[in-house]
Amino acid sequence: MATRGFGAPVQRTNDSRLLTGGGHYVDDIPLAGALHVAFVRSPFARARIKRIDVSAARAHSGVAAVYTADDLGALDVEMPLLIPHPCLIGPRTQRPLARGDVHHVGQTVAMVVAVDRYVAEDAARLIEVDYEPLPVELDLEKAIKSDAPLVHGDVKNNIAAHFVQTSGDPDGAFARATHFTKIRVRVERSTAAPMECRAVAARYDTVSGELTVWDGTQAPISVRGGLASLFGLDEDKVRVIAPDVGGGFGQKVLLFYPDEILVPFAAMRLGRPVKFIEDRSENFIGSTQERTQIHEIELAATKDGDVLALRDSFLHDTGAYIPYGIAIAQVASTSIAGPYRVPNIWVEFKAVYTPTVPVTPYRGCGRPHACFAIERAMDQLADELGLDRFEVRRRNLIAPAQFPYTRQGLLFADGLAVTYDSGEYAKALELIAKEIDVAAFRQEQATALKAGRYLGLGLAFYVEGTGLGPYEGGHVKVHPITGKVYVNTGLSGQGQGHETVFAQIVADQLGVDPNDVIVVEGDTGVFDWGVATFASRAAVVSGNAIHKAALKARAIVLEAASNMLEAAIDDLELVDGKVRVKGTDRGATLAEVATATNPLRYAFNKAAQSATQFAPAARHDGPQLGEGRAPGIEATDYYAPPHATWAYGVHAAIVEVDPGLCSIKFHRYLCVHDCGNMINPAIVEGQVMGGVAQGVGGAFYERVEYDVDGNPRNANFMDFLVPYATEVPRVEMHHMETPSPLNPLGVKGVGEAGCIAVGQVLASALDDALKPFGVAPFREVPLSPNAIFEAIEAAKGRRP
Amino acid sequence: MKPPLFDYVRAETVDEAVAARAAHEYSAVLAGGQSLLPTLNFRLARPDALIDIGRIKALQGTAIDGDEIVIRAMARQREVEYDEAIFAANPLIRETLGNVAHAVIRNRGTVVGSIAHADASAELPALLLATGGAVIARGPKGERRIEANAFFKFHMTTSLAADEIAVAVCIPRLPPGTGYAFLEFARRHGDYALAGVCALLTMGAGGRVASARLAACGIGSRAVRLVAAEAALNGQKPDAASFAAAAKAARDAVTASDDRQASIAFRKHLLEHIVGRALGMAHGRAGKPFAS
Repeated sequence: MATRGFGAPVQRTNDSRLLTGGGHYVDDIPLAGALHVAFVRSPFARARIKRIDVSAARAHSGVAAVYTADDLGALDVEMPLLIPHPCLIGPRTQRPLARGDVHHVGQTVAMVVAVDRYVAEDAARLIEVDYEPLPVELDLEKAIKSDAPLVHGDVKNNIAAHFVQTSGDPDGAFARATHFTKIRVRVERSTAAPMECRAVAARYDTVSGELTVWDGTQAPISVRGGLASLFGLDEDKVRVIAPDVGGGFGQKVLLFYPDEILVPFAAMRLGRPVKFIEDRSENFIGSTQERTQIHEIELAATKDGDVLALRDSFLHDTGAYIPYGIAIAQVASTSIAGPYRVPNIWVEFKAVYTPTVPVTPYRGCGRPHACFAIERAMDQLADELGLDRFEVRRRNLIAPAQFPYTRQGLLFADGLAVTYDSGEYAKALELIAKEIDVAAFRQEQATALKAGRYLGLGLAFYVEGTGLGPYEGGHVKVHPITGKVYVNTGLSGQGQGHETVFAQIVADQLGVDPNDVIVVEGDTGVFDWGVATFASRAAVVSGNAIHKAALKARAIVLEAASNMLEAAIDDLELVDGKVRVKGTDRGATLAEVATATNPLRYAFNKAAQSATQFAPAARHDGPQLGEGRAPGIEATDYYAPPHATWAYGVHAAIVEVDPGLCSIKFHRYLCVHDCGNMINPAIVEGQVMGGVAQGVGGAFYERVEYDVDGNPRNANFMDFLVPYATEVPRVEMHHMETPSPLNPLGVKGVGEAGCIAVGQVLASALDDALKPFGVAPFREVPLSPNAIFEAIEAAKGRRP
Repeated sequence: MKPPLFDYVRAETVDEAVAARAAHEYSAVLAGGQSLLPTLNFRLARPDALIDIGRIKALQGTAIDGDEIVIRAMARQREVEYDEAIFAANPLIRETLGNVAHAVIRNRGTVVGSIAHADASAELPALLLATGGAVIARGPKGERRIEANAFFKFHMTTSLAADEIAVAVCIPRLPPGTGYAFLEFARRHGDYALAGVCALLTMGAGGRVASARLAACGIGSRAVRLVAAEAALNGQKPDAASFAAAAKAARDAVTASDDRQASIAFRKHLLEHIVGRALGMAHGRAGKPFAS
């Protein structure tokens, strides 16, 4: 069977297992005698704890232990600040259990460990906590005023970070410009809402002294390192496994959540396995969220619409803590100029504490905010200059010959200057314009309007810095008995399809079927060098590391086979699981080559006979394993990207607004997308589709709401509206493949792409559809029927 | 999200269920469980006993009894939705049920359960009000019939006594030629409505409206009849002007305060809009045979 790996729409190898209930998530790990955890969480956004009485809970039948901050010893400290940055002012992180003050509703105050979750919840209700409520300010702009109540008493004006970056000469360019466009936009808070909430289980083996932790995390190696250092254990005595994980979207890259420390702690203390399975209510108040930013962006342009400079100043809501540093705000501020040249840039942000669930990256991580700000501004610039929205973009796009395009002075999330590596931006814009057939749409729109129907065209261009370092590794090994290929990397998957694309990469080099490549990732017991899954980096960083390891393995195979077959390496080919002498039927299976490269004493099967010391093929003058040689076909290599690689795309939609119901209907949703060489177009499409679905949520449905006292108002799936399949449009997808020059595979990341542009697509489509009413441009997402109603009413009110 | 401890009673007969209800101070009746179980898991309700009526033979299925459709307590919404005899007798039932949540929920959820739960945004209470139906309740003192207009008190509050079980609802057959429509607007497919309306139009002599019955959900603390809109229609010619006047008259029925999805002004606008559209639909169907 001829196999094509890289570039083929290979069916995901894990789907039948996952879709038929064969997955093994943390809660499916059988742990005999496991105890279960429930938390007491703060009902106040800000309060001082006066007294905690756990006596009734401790006495409750079935309770094994109850812990408060007083019981944690050395663990009663603030958890790590993961990404320090000089601009952080008094960075604050959470303690596993609150001591003294609480800083958001949902913060963990006490932990109950009991025979099952039912009893644990019953006992948690018996814990009495006296709180003295403290004043709060939820409004981001009021929170930075000097009279605002503080989230942390020692952090002035609630400002957690303040950062300014400059590229080029923005002041000079502003002085030169002849047209200025200034707008203010707002993106609201959302949450990742993974299908599987977070989960941690731990078992401590007192005989071996080994701690095993199953954690639905995106960062098992980092969790392992952290746990070893917190508990004073050798790293080799801690094994962290991320088994099947039902979606992460960034929420699961944060370490540590309190449970990730306290579950292993309790397992060691109590000498029994312990499990914490987060429920949906807890996920809404205990696991991190993202999105709220308020941008004031100003473009300085010529009358022809050439944007010479931009200034952007924004507030970023970081919630009650800032454990992940400034990552989101930094990505937003450095992605702010999108695909446009804009050679002069000034960006400033303030990260602001609010007494709400802490904020860490969620799929998009600052990119949707930046896209919304720059694209809304470009639309307004077009309107003000009387230019078509396509034309104003066309005039500012970076041309192919201008790559690599560096924005000196703007440091991206990897600490390096923003450098777009490759792209065909204008071609992408022309492609989507052609696919929509803008002229035909304008006619259709005019005809519809005569019939009282309101159609609008939405458009958004975005860029996405992906594939951040520092590095990942790949390990490839051919099993001598089966000839199957085992592949490992350190990061972990949450449903993306790693096991399929990594298999495709290796299958090409070793000439095997992708189904014969078994990928195991996310288990420190198997491979423990690497970082984590974030920033659309798995295919770029692990993919290239695995590719490099596969090249090494291929070289070993060829050299060994050359000896075995007495043929020159150049005359060999790897195909159908065999090494063949080209143009002949002479060859050896991969299993035979693997067996032959592993000198044996015992012939435990037929194939092994050829590798024992008296077998003719193994006869050798020197030692059986040559000096400097390793047995078998096995290779490890690493890949560290020089800097981020920049994917991009254009989205457009035709939307109908019903001004009676104030509802929307997507007639078409189009996407032109370029993530470099595609390893698997089907998986790329899945990633983009899923991103668009999540983007539709952020554009029209999802908003995490707090009341003025900081109480969550819609922390459940009845009131927090995740779009159903019925709300998500079919996406017409068009691929472009401009290879990245930065890595051997020429790939760019795709994980976040789909969600970035949707807010702008919808806002611009609504602007266009509701133009006959004279509505003001939409400046906030999520939009809603109520927002459409108010916009139309406001326009009516303005009419003479 | 685990329920607190409760006793579980599986009743084999209605009498057993009624006895179990009397034996517990605060019991809840488990039929389809589509609202009750989440309520338990959120610990919003802490009944000391769940009385499971799912196995009671006498509570299964539906019947058409003269001019009434009888839907017993264990009849699933999907079963009623697909029943051709019920459709022929009153097509508004199918049209309304099509808007209740999602098919998988309707597979388990019961019509009687939804009405007894009496969520202010639920569709079926409005159906019962618009059609002039009734709830049959069984308690220690026997059976009684509670007319729809006396049943719904407040959001999730009815005139059912704590020791009673709703064993059936009765919905009148629609006279042939009645115009009917159910229309709602929800944020997502299958969600509770921000506003929903049942409309029934009976035409009389001279092409005028003999009787209009309208009920709405999602606009206040319970499902309500839109009496002002009905009054604006009765005796009028069914035309754009009278429909617009009725729709406008409906606005004042909105008593819900601003919530996270709709301001009062938007909800009034929505109600006006869907009443107008529902009347148009109902009028289009008036005088014609019921057809799916």
